[in-house]
Amino acid sequence: MSSTLRIVNGKVYDPANDIDGQVRDVCILDGKIVDSVPEDAPTIDAHGMVVMPGGVDIHCHIAGSKVNLARKFQPEDHRYDPHPGTEYTRSGSGGVVPSTFATGYRYATMGYTTAMEAAVPPLSARHVLEELEDTPIIDKGYYVLMGNNSMLHQLLEKGRMEEFREAVAWWVKATKAYTIKLVNPGADEMWKGKKNANITALDQKIHAFDLTPRKVIKALIDVANDLGLPHPAHIHCNNLGHSGNYETTLETMRTAEGRRVHITHIQFHSYGGEVGKNPVSAARAISDFVNDNPNISADVGQVMFGKSVSMTADAPLAWMLRHVKERKWINADTECESGCGIIPFEYQQHVYTHTLQWAIGLELFLMAKDPWRMVLSTDHPNGGSFLNYPRLIRLLMDRDFRNQEATRVNQKAIGKTSLPDLTREYSMQEIAIVTRAGPARLLGLKNKGHLGVGADADITIYDEMDNKEEMFNAARFVIKDGHLFIKNHEFCADHSGRIFHIAPEYDKSIENEIRSFFDDYYSVQFDNYPVSDTHVHNTEVIANIPVT
Amino acid sequence: MTETMILVPMRTTKQGTTLNAGKLKDAYKETTSTAEIKQEDMDRLGLKKGDRVRLRVGTHAVVVSCIPRKIKVTDNSSGLIFMPYGPTTSALMVDGDTAGTGMPASKHLVVEIEGPLAPEEDDG
Amino acid sequence: MDKNTATEKNTTIIKNATCTFCGCVCDDMELTVDLDEKCIIKSKNACVLGKAWFSEHSVDESRPVALIDGKEASLEDAIEEAAQILVNARFPIIYGLSDTTSEAQRQAVAMADYLSANIDSTSSVCHGPTGMGLQGVGEPTTTLGEVKNRADMVVYWGCNPTDCHPRLSTHFTVMPKGMYIPNGRKDRTVINVDIRSTSTTNIADLFVQLKPGSDYELLSALRSISRGRRLNPSIEEQTGVPMATIEDVAHRLMSCNYGILFFGMGLTMTRGRHYNTGALHLLAADLNEHTHFVVKPARGHGNVTGADTVMSWQTGYPFGVNFNRGYPRHEPGEFTTTDILVRGEADAACIIASDPIANFARPAIEHLKKIPVISFDPKPTPTSQIARVALTTACYGINVPGTVYRMDDIPIPLRPAFESPFPSDLDILKPLTERIRELKAH
Repeated sequence: MSSTLRIVNGKVYDPANDIDGQVRDVCILDGKIVDSVPEDAPTIDAHGMVVMPGGVDIHCHIAGSKVNLARKFQPEDHRYDPHPGTEYTRSGSGGVVPSTFATGYRYATMGYTTAMEAAVPPLSARHVLEELEDTPIIDKGYYVLMGNNSMLHQLLEKGRMEEFREAVAWWVKATKAYTIKLVNPGADEMWKGKKNANITALDQKIHAFDLTPRKVIKALIDVANDLGLPHPAHIHCNNLGHSGNYETTLETMRTAEGRRVHITHIQFHSYGGEVGKNPVSAARAISDFVNDNPNISADVGQVMFGKSVSMTADAPLAWMLRHVKERKWINADTECESGCGIIPFEYQQHVYTHTLQWAIGLELFLMAKDPWRMVLSTDHPNGGSFLNYPRLIRLLMDRDFRNQEATRVNQKAIGKTSLPDLTREYSMQEIAIVTRAGPARLLGLKNKGHLGVGADADITIYDEMDNKEEMFNAARFVIKDGHLFIKNHEFCADHSGRIFHIAPEYDKSIENEIRSFFDDYYSVQFDNYPVSDTHVHNTEVIANIPVT
Repeated sequence: MTETMILVPMRTTKQGTTLNAGKLKDAYKETTSTAEIKQEDMDRLGLKKGDRVRLRVGTHAVVVSCIPRKIKVTDNSSGLIFMPYGPTTSALMVDGDTAGTGMPASKHLVVEIEGPLAPEEDDG
Repeated sequence: MDKNTATEKNTTIIKNATCTFCGCVCDDMELTVDLDEKCIIKSKNACVLGKAWFSEHSVDESRPVALIDGKEASLEDAIEEAAQILVNARFPIIYGLSDTTSEAQRQAVAMADYLSANIDSTSSVCHGPTGMGLQGVGEPTTTLGEVKNRADMVVYWGCNPTDCHPRLSTHFTVMPKGMYIPNGRKDRTVINVDIRSTSTTNIADLFVQLKPGSDYELLSALRSISRGRRLNPSIEEQTGVPMATIEDVAHRLMSCNYGILFFGMGLTMTRGRHYNTGALHLLAADLNEHTHFVVKPARGHGNVTGADTVMSWQTGYPFGVNFNRGYPRHEPGEFTTTDILVRGEADAACIIASDPIANFARPAIEHLKKIPVISFDPKPTPTSQIARVALTTACYGINVPGTVYRMDDIPIPLRPAFESPFPSDLDILKPLTERIRELKAH
């Protein structure tokens, strides 16, 4: 396989470099984008095609303990959707929660070359890293759960902020994570310690701690900024799924006080109405706030009709969903660190709430003034499989298609949203932003999401088609790190991809304190907890950014 | 004397320690060929500690030694024979049917127990 | 060399080593290793089983690395012979995997994929029915540390951890003090449900003896009470448990703060199998209407949980997986090893770190003896004795580094005590897989 390549005649969309559909060459040498390559370099003729950076998924659930439980307990999810191997690739199984190999290959087939697993308890770090190693083609990383950490709660309630910062840095480094994740902060203590209770307000006392969710949120947003993490604290707000929760979401965003923060699957947090009653759309209020506050970024967490799986570190949420339809349910507590709930789910067009969720997601996309800060996700597989992205792209780019789809859903719900009035259509360039350039920038991955000199040569080439769902469903060519892996829609090689993590510095003296907490309350030895450098292969440390 | 009882293969600490030493060694073979039977059942069958008994399922049989069960908390386990898992209990799992689960019925083997045997009587 | 040093042993101490004998995977071992004799002379913190595990895994360098048809062979020849056997088989099976690292398990699944083989772990004759219960109804569960920190109610149902997982109660679940259990044992209630009294009964506050084979009925009765329904008095006759006891147990389970049900082969190996485990999972789920309740199978071998975990992430299914069509399929009863052998379908078997000849059902053993078998084991076993190709391997945790998954799915690293002259399972599986790919390509 040659280490040089020139892509010619394609329409290039590279929003980070202000290239908007111009026909121009893209040159590759040794895995990177370069200015030029020798005349005799191999070429790909991309005439009639669209050339973009490889897709970047900022929030999905593709590996680790909860994902694997969801795989294990749903043989019915895989059986109808086998993923045969090829001469070059391993076999696997599909469905809404595919096996690791099928996950990597299917992302690549859509033209995605980077994906971030969004929620893993630190105690399971080795597990997620081993699964990510077995997720081929794409680059990846994961976010480590910190919002329900008992030791951090103890430090916070005593106001020991310096030790808190050192402990967070230790934890992120020890687990080879990419950033700090908060999920329903404070709720696990209520769930496990108070007979399955939940947090309902940011200023509520967290059972057994002299602490509130707001304090936890504020402290972790600050630490992520103070440490200069390339991607800020990534927050799944309290009250997910409850009517009226948009106020909690607004409060959470205000808690950042102007500092960088990422609010994830914000659609699930944009509901008006009263608790316990049918929700209404609060997309306008949420969208206005995000539009006006450049420190905030979000991914949408679009709901797509069909099968999904609710898998979340938000255990009380899964328990609530279990009562919607008494289906099989997994709950998995992780000592001192996290909860977890898993429920098979299906979004149905005739159901009021499901239609409302679908419409709110689209409202958020269409009301966003800055697509760089409101990027595409389905919170795979919570809002639906990542395989729905092409269809979602069509909904954004094609108003007629969107209007036609809107006639098939619950009309009472649609009537309570502004979706019918939103005439905006996303341009190809805007799609390139919400699926590649935007997420890469939000992640602080300087070499991803663009085609400027020095960028990783992760490139997708699509046939240009009127039907955008068909177009984005299957890339004609996919290049990863300069090598061609999909040629004319077929795999022609295999690749293991890299694992990104960060390694913030910390004061070693914090280890003694954490060690003593481990001796008392953990079931594993402190010395066996950090993931050693030799445990995972193909890793890359992403440097901190200057602190602002 | 002959009687029908239920054989429940199980795990014991001794089985665990002897298998570490080696499954081809005598200690493992001995502990996995020793049936524990409640004293009252032993008495009824005329068995003494260390006596040899034949356990039979259909046409398959094994000869093992028997000892009275030692337990601290009394129970009502009359009619049950307990023996550590191993080649001997496997030899009595003559039904490989798993009822579509992959798992043969391993802990509830209806056996015919016969004993005490004279020392010269062979296995099987 | 003076006298003193000549008699002093060349020893080293390994702290925080991991015991992989049972599913507790205790990682607080302190091993004293004799580097000259290649053996572990002391294992501080280990239970009686762990002590035997460490002391009995010295290396016998006189053993051949491989036997083919009982004759000494080189590793290369043995790998070639194994590859030929597997590639030429129409229905090769790979089985075992519970006593090896997750790294080796990942390689074994890769090998099965390239070979279009059947792969299954010892789970299928252990907690396979628990996996099926999980697939049917789900499972509320936890890591062991949360039991230590929070559980004021511990139920042992159809399991005997005092004999089989000696440190489960003493190190994790009953004796230790935890975050919300300041007084340890005194703050907890322990209930033992079994068909017999065991050494676990000795540590219980309440012993509930039920008739053999009536677990499903008793579990259903407890579920009924938790759902506010009245019981038919015939339940006493069916289970042998007095009504007052059933009601007492139900009340205790409903009124605790954080409860856990541990269970074992008493449910999976008896009548009902996955119905039993499903009923137990549902009992715990139902109890969450009253309080916080979880379940945990007390899993056996050191990395049997890893076998389920690895197979799930690579194939989507935890055990009983068949690649015959070029992609994984899963069907207990069809692709589980006992059934394949009893039906006489397999025509070659690769047995990795397990001993089916010592514990399978008789008809399965009879078929296994008729086909070529490749065995991987650190020690001679009944299975290695009948193997066409018998490979001597280094022991995971004692000689081989890597990851194992504890019974609660927590990945734990291994700190080997000393080097073995024998290859690890992974060392053999890698070239074997490569050779199989070469042969298949032609």
